[in-house]
Amino acid sequence: MTQAAEVGTALKASAREKRRSRWTRDRIESRIFTVLKWVGVVFFVVVTVFPFLYMLLLSVRPIADLARDPGALFVSPERLTLGTYDEVLRSVAEGGQGFLSFLQNSFIIAAVAVVASLLLAIPGAYAISRIKFFGRRQVNFMFLAVYLFPAILLAIPLFVFFTRIGLRGSLLGLMIVYASQTVPVTIHMLRSYFETIPEALEESAKIEGCNRFQVMRYVSIPLALPAIMSTGLFVFMIAWNEFLFALLFLADKRENWTVSLGLSQLASSTIEVPTTVVMAGAVILTVPIIVLFFLTERLLVEGLTAGAEKG
Amino acid sequence: MTAAGGARGKGYRATTLEQKEGRAGLLLLSPTLVVVLAVVVIPIAWTIFIAFRDLRLRDIREVGVFGSGFTLENFVGVLSSRGFTDALVTTIVYSVVGTTLAIGLGLAAALIVRAPFRGRTLVRASMLLPYVSPVVAVAFVWSVMLDPNLGIVNAFGTDVLGWERPIPFLSQRSAELSVLGFDLGIPTALISVIVFQAWRYFPFAFLFILARLQAVPADLDEAARVDGASALQRFRYVLLPQLSGVIALLAVLRFIWTFNEFDDIYLLTGGAAGTEVLSIGVFNRLTGRGDIGSAAALSLILAALLAIFLLLYFRFFARRSDTSL
Repeated sequence: MTQAAEVGTALKASAREKRRSRWTRDRIESRIFTVLKWVGVVFFVVVTVFPFLYMLLLSVRPIADLARDPGALFVSPERLTLGTYDEVLRSVAEGGQGFLSFLQNSFIIAAVAVVASLLLAIPGAYAISRIKFFGRRQVNFMFLAVYLFPAILLAIPLFVFFTRIGLRGSLLGLMIVYASQTVPVTIHMLRSYFETIPEALEESAKIEGCNRFQVMRYVSIPLALPAIMSTGLFVFMIAWNEFLFALLFLADKRENWTVSLGLSQLASSTIEVPTTVVMAGAVILTVPIIVLFFLTERLLVEGLTAGAEKG
Repeated sequence: MTAAGGARGKGYRATTLEQKEGRAGLLLLSPTLVVVLAVVVIPIAWTIFIAFRDLRLRDIREVGVFGSGFTLENFVGVLSSRGFTDALVTTIVYSVVGTTLAIGLGLAAALIVRAPFRGRTLVRASMLLPYVSPVVAVAFVWSVMLDPNLGIVNAFGTDVLGWERPIPFLSQRSAELSVLGFDLGIPTALISVIVFQAWRYFPFAFLFILARLQAVPADLDEAARVDGASALQRFRYVLLPQLSGVIALLAVLRFIWTFNEFDDIYLLTGGAAGTEVLSIGVFNRLTGRGDIGSAAALSLILAALLAIFLLLYFRFFARRSDTSL
């Protein structure tokens, strides 16, 4: 038998085997799963992305068009309007809804909350991750408990206290609440990052004569900077999105409303304000978050699920 | 760096390195501890205290924030109020179904994007959108989508699916549905808020399960394949046991948060049409009636119920599934 013929038989044999094994249970199931997987991909993408496209679509449609044809998925270019954005952003004095000043409020509150939360949490997270001191486990557990603690229960005492000391209705009150409420999650995210820094690096700094605080200042914090940035952005997103405390604290102080609160108030009074204008407000509220999210997605995902792979 | 200087001064007299370290640790932690104490721990203690007092919002200027006289009136009033049992049942249904749905969807999504494919990064990122977006914005979009007059869901339903009339998804308490001759009452609005809840939070489960999936060693799957296990069997007997820990953790976390969920329901229905959960009740007592004492009592009941459920859970399930919370 020539070599070529030998190869030929071998090929035939393997083809036969393949034909036989095509109908194993594993094959059938794998086929089904491959199909299901693509169905699933389409399903999840449509379900998660569609509401956002719909938001965008409605924000540029005239309200009359929406009322006439609520099922339309496209807006023809000549009917496209940006007047909704103009109306929602303009100040109340100029006949708008004042979202520009809400944006400013939201930005200030969120930025201060980020800085304060990080300043408080960085030393704490470092201490929990690196220093073995008495009560470390208890402190760690307390932060976890606070992180899990429902906001609605804290709403009552904070609402009453801030009313009493006259800080309800002010931006400062909300800043304090946001900074303190995000400290536990900030600590949690930073701590797991500090733990990944090789201890040898810190040891060598110590040998060079640094004390704990200098090690933290000159070695650990610079190394943790990416994690600190992403944690800060996460806090920013929490503060920007927050609703309950903004509602409780600022509801009767229109000039101090955040974008979230402004949108909810606008949405619950749709009799006067066209849905499409409110939708423009929703886009304005959402876009900064989505931009931030896509910029920091990888860091954020790693920070959030730190420790999850250990199961 | 004044804090650092102070610690060093003391540190010189301190005896051992260990004590020095301990002191530095506490010093570094102290700002956080003070803030958490002031804005979390003390307020909780005050809530417990005030639940046994008669205190109304309009009185706090005169009688102070401690109310007057010990009383059980708040608890009696809350527990005997009309609608408490309904709200409790609604809360439990909302939490259990919502948590299950969110984790189920998250598991499906994680299995789907587990193996690499073109555009996987984008698909993964898009799946996280509901979770990171502002709740006020997405709740508003949903309420417009489900609107009987302007909403696209009802437009699609009446035009394409042939519904006789639009369904008021967020304002209808229950709908009659005939299945095989049986008339079933479907809690429309409650189902809508549960679906919204699952939509908004499945990404959280998805993230955690995906992280765990990617840490499962590949040779485990390979070994099972060599032994002739089919795809479904490999999932059931190899993968799922690996995921049980993270799923149990997610169940606890999601249940805690869903049980106290306020924003979603308040924004979608305001608690109307059979969606009034306990946290909505707390809010209404506080702002609507200004009855601080009874709001505090209800919130304590909420916390106590949650604690009981968690205790039961850890008592009966945690040891088996070996969670590491």
